[in-house]
Amino acid sequence: MKEELKVNDKDIVVPGETIATGMSFLPGPGTYRYESNIVAQKLGMVSVDGKVIKLITLSGKYDPKVKDRVIGRVVDVLMTGWRFDINCPYSAVLNMKDAVSEFIPRGADLTQYFNISDYAIGMITNVTSQKLVDIATKGPGLRKLRGGRIISVSPKKVPRIIGKEGSMVTLIKEKTGCDIVVGQNGLVWISGEPHQEVVAVNTIKTIEQQAHLSGLTERVSEMLANGGSQ
Amino acid sequence: MNSERKAHLLAALKKNCRYDGRKPFDYREITVEYGISRSAEGSARVKIGETEVIAGIKLETATPYPDRPNEGNLMVNAELLPMSNPEFEPGPPGDQATELARVVDRSIRESKSIDVKKLCISPGENAWGVMIDVCSINDAGNLFDAAALAALAALKDAKFPGLTKEGKANYEERTKNKLPLKREPLEVTVLKVGDQFFVDPLSDEEKVVEARLTVGVTEKDTVCALQKGGQSPLTLKDVDEMIKIAQKAAQKLRKAL
Repeated sequence: MKEELKVNDKDIVVPGETIATGMSFLPGPGTYRYESNIVAQKLGMVSVDGKVIKLITLSGKYDPKVKDRVIGRVVDVLMTGWRFDINCPYSAVLNMKDAVSEFIPRGADLTQYFNISDYAIGMITNVTSQKLVDIATKGPGLRKLRGGRIISVSPKKVPRIIGKEGSMVTLIKEKTGCDIVVGQNGLVWISGEPHQEVVAVNTIKTIEQQAHLSGLTERVSEMLANGGSQ
Repeated sequence: MNSERKAHLLAALKKNCRYDGRKPFDYREITVEYGISRSAEGSARVKIGETEVIAGIKLETATPYPDRPNEGNLMVNAELLPMSNPEFEPGPPGDQATELARVVDRSIRESKSIDVKKLCISPGENAWGVMIDVCSINDAGNLFDAAALAALAALKDAKFPGLTKEGKANYEERTKNKLPLKREPLEVTVLKVGDQFFVDPLSDEEKVVEARLTVGVTEKDTVCALQKGGQSPLTLKDVDEMIKIAQKAAQKLRKAL
C-alpha cells in the first residue's frame, strides 16, 4: 500500500476520517491506528510533526491533568475536605491537609475556610484512572478567590489567552490594572475597577474568537489601547 | 453567587457599570421569529441576548362562563424548563413560573388587547378560548420582558382554525383570519440598585437588585400593568421615574416586532 498523507497539514478533519495510510506514520494525540491507516478520533486540525500525526482539537470539555492550575467552585463540604466543580465532567476533592497552610484543628467548622459557592485557584495533584481528581490550594499562586467575577471560555483556547510564557495575560493585566487568574479548565477570574473589567472581558472574548488567527498579540494591544473596542 | 461576588457586582452597578459594558437603558440584541411551530395556531421565538423564550397560541372552542356569555376566554401558562437554568426543577410550576404567567397574562388582559367579544361564536353556548403557553428555552436574565414579547409576537402570528358544523375547531383547516388584537402591550422590567435604574438584567444582576418593577406598556405609551418585586420598597418618585424609563425602552423594544 502507498504510504501517503491523505490531507494537508493544518486541514480540519472529522472523526473517522483517514489522515494517512501506511505503517511509517505514527498516531499522536487525538488519532488512532485502524488497520494500516491513521484515523482522526475528534474534530480538529491536523498537525504533522515528522512522522507523528497529531490532532489539535478546536473545542471540547476540559480533561483534567496533573499539575494543571484550575479554578474550582465549592459544591459540597465533606467530612475531611471540600468537593469542587472544576468545569469538567468529574468533580475534584480538596483534602483538609492540602487546603491552607495553617493547622485545622479536629472538629473545626470547615466552612470558615471554604464555603459553598466560593471559588479558588487550585492545582491538580492526582487523577486516577477512574477520574477521581484531587486538588490542592496550598502553594505558590494558589489561593481562595475573593470577590471579582468569573467568566468561562473554551478550555482549548486557554493557551492563547495565556500567551507565550504568560505574555498575553500579562499584557491585559498591565493595560487594565485588573487582577486576572486563568485556569486551564476555561474559567477566568477577573477583579478590578468595573469599567476596566469590561475591557478585560471583551479582550479575552476576542482572543477566544480569534484564537486560530495569526497576529493576535498586535490586535489585542491595539484593542486595549482603544479601550476594549476593535 | 457568594456574598463577596455579590458585593463586587453591586459596587460595579452603583458606579453605573454593567457586567457586559452596556449602558443602563440598553437592551441586548433582540430577535423575533414568527411561526416556529406548525401544530400551534400561532407561535414565536424571542431571543434577548442569550435569553431565549418560545410562545405558542392554542385556539379552542368552549362554552363561555355564565357571567360573561358574550366573551371568549384567555389563559396564560408559563413553564420554566429545567434545561433553561440549573436552578429550575421539573414538576408543578413554582412561584417564579406562576409570577411569570400572571405578569404576562395581566398586560394582555388588562390592556384589553384581545377583543374577547369578537371571540364569541354563539352567545352563552360557544366561544373561542385563547391559550398562551410560554416556555423558557434559556434563561440568561430578563425572562419577563422576553416572555411578554414572545406572547405578543405569537398573538400577532395566530390564525383561526376552521369551524365544523357542530361548532368545534377543525385543525386540519387554517383560515386567514387573525386574532382581533386591539392593542399591543409589551413589558419592560426596570431594576433599582442604590440610586441607579437599569433595564434588561443579566442573571447575575437579577440576583443582587434591591427592587424591580415590571411595567406593561401599550403602543400608545399607556401603562396597562405593574408588578413589583424585590426586597426594597419604592417611593412614588421612583415609580414615576421607572415608568418613564419603561415607556422609552418599550419604544425601542417594539422595533424588534
